[in-house]
Amino acid sequence: MAVTLDINGHTQDIDADPQTPLLYVLRNDLRLNAAKFGCGLGQCGACTVVVDGEPVFSCVTPIMLLEGRKIVTVEGLGTLEMPGPLQQAFIEKQAAQCGYCIAGMMMRAHALLLKMPNPSPEHIRAALEPNLCRCGTHMRIVAAVHRAGELMRGSAEATDAKKNAKAEKK
Amino acid sequence: MRAVLWTVLILLVLFAVFAAWASRPAIHPIEAPAASAFDKADVARGANLAALGNCNNCHTVPGGRAFAGGRAVPTPFGIIYSTNITPDLMTGIGQWSEAAFTRSLREGIDRDGDHLYPAFPYDHFTTLSDADSRALYAYFMTREAVRATTPPNVLPFPLNVRDVVAAWKALYFRARRFQPDPARDAVWNRGAYLVEGVAHCGACHTPRNALGAERKTRALAGGEVQGWNAYALDRTSPAPVPWNAESLFEYLRHGWHPEHGVARGPMSEVTMNLGKVNERDVRAIATYVAWQMASSGSSASSAPADSNHPSDPARGLPEANNNPYVGQGASDAAPSMSPDSTYKLGASIYVSTCESCHNGTRPLPYGGIDFKFSTAINAASPRNIINVTLHGLHPPEGTRGAIMPGFDGVISDDELEALLTYLRAEFSKQPPWDDIDKDIDAARKAVHEEGDSWP
Repeated sequence: MAVTLDINGHTQDIDADPQTPLLYVLRNDLRLNAAKFGCGLGQCGACTVVVDGEPVFSCVTPIMLLEGRKIVTVEGLGTLEMPGPLQQAFIEKQAAQCGYCIAGMMMRAHALLLKMPNPSPEHIRAALEPNLCRCGTHMRIVAAVHRAGELMRGSAEATDAKKNAKAEKK
Repeated sequence: MRAVLWTVLILLVLFAVFAAWASRPAIHPIEAPAASAFDKADVARGANLAALGNCNNCHTVPGGRAFAGGRAVPTPFGIIYSTNITPDLMTGIGQWSEAAFTRSLREGIDRDGDHLYPAFPYDHFTTLSDADSRALYAYFMTREAVRATTPPNVLPFPLNVRDVVAAWKALYFRARRFQPDPARDAVWNRGAYLVEGVAHCGACHTPRNALGAERKTRALAGGEVQGWNAYALDRTSPAPVPWNAESLFEYLRHGWHPEHGVARGPMSEVTMNLGKVNERDVRAIATYVAWQMASSGSSASSAPADSNHPSDPARGLPEANNNPYVGQGASDAAPSMSPDSTYKLGASIYVSTCESCHNGTRPLPYGGIDFKFSTAINAASPRNIINVTLHGLHPPEGTRGAIMPGFDGVISDDELEALLTYLRAEFSKQPPWDDIDKDIDAARKAVHEEGDSWP
């Protein structure tokens, strides 16, 4: 029984029971190890991925519900060589201690920044509320999300500026 | 021409007569009394009553300053904004005398003499005793004054003219005090006084007519509030295990009960307040509601609950189900009760998504309820179970409570309908729900419009 999933822009057939939670498919079948198994009950957020722009607990979401939807994990945000703005911001702000919660934090932040490019610290706190962190780097995480927003807006502005410059030359 | 003039004249006279009939005098403003002017015992008594009345729920914006008002109260007629009931001189009730405060509770008229909309449940507060009204006044006048102007209500003409409320009152409102029933004991009477009065349970749990008035002949027969079904508290209660005074007490006091589940939606705010009030008041409410459930209501679907009888989990419950889909994928043939594919899809979603928490092995409130105990699955409308499935459960800010992830982002309408069809067939003896799609649509809209502030 194969289920077809769109993960980080790649469409792939998954040979697994449709009732399998997405987290197990990501980690065991696809070796996409960013999302973590925390509680397995949708209560800690370590497994959070983004589906159609919304943060979703992959540990309680069977792949049968995900056909035709666009799934994004931390691996879809950038690479080691070319980290995306969220990854760059988390590195810059040294927001990880043990790091176990961070992939989930980043994905929930990604969903927030898609909807709200310039969130206030209050918005960031409210949005990240379902995700737990036990090391206590909360302040750095909030700062990193804020910084990621800046980087994203900056690159958007930079792209616009380039376009404008090109248009002027023409 | 003369006919038109006469018509206009008659209308003007009628309007003037109506306005004169509807008008009420203002009560003179006072200098705000010092907090020290109030008896401490009155303030404490008022704090208890304010919590029983759930005043903070409507009169505080989530995350905002206590009792400063401004929370949008959606009604079928438009949006009413709750008022600032802190003692601020300009924007609150700082200039209100006790007489003005009491008149607002008992007659629904503000200090200026304007009629208040019945979103403020003065049809219940009218029964308050003098001592309790004084205690509430003492409590609110000793809160921190907050300057916060109430936004204007969003109501269409003619409802935006407050004098229209006078006509509504003439039809549906009678000022009255509570009359104890001498044939009943003190606990019952205390419960009746609280339930019908300050706790205003009927404001949500009694059905309303087209003009928004409670249908008194169907008191506590179940109503709707903010997209939630407030279940019947009479003999028609859809709870699969009949309630009794003890289980009601536990539920109201702690927000959950192992045979009934957790309070959610607007009820979670009620049970949070009831966790703080005098324990004997919660017992009195439970006693009176248990009596209601045993003795009133049009049709008894199951044996009436006996308020002194310990609940028997076996009573009224569906047969223990032997779910053929558990752990087996969705390949088995479905029973004939539903179209195969829908039932199988629902079973498959239940097994893979819901069951790990809802299989009854993890105790409430942190584990999910076994659905054979679920009132939501047994209720006439699927709206509450849809709300919870889509949005999950979130404990109010800064408090402990049940949590559940919402599945709005990953479950399609067809999948949700299949899941609900399966749950209804598997965990209740009730007939299938009609028009599930309409409730799904409404619940999704409520989630998306109100976002995280949605209860």
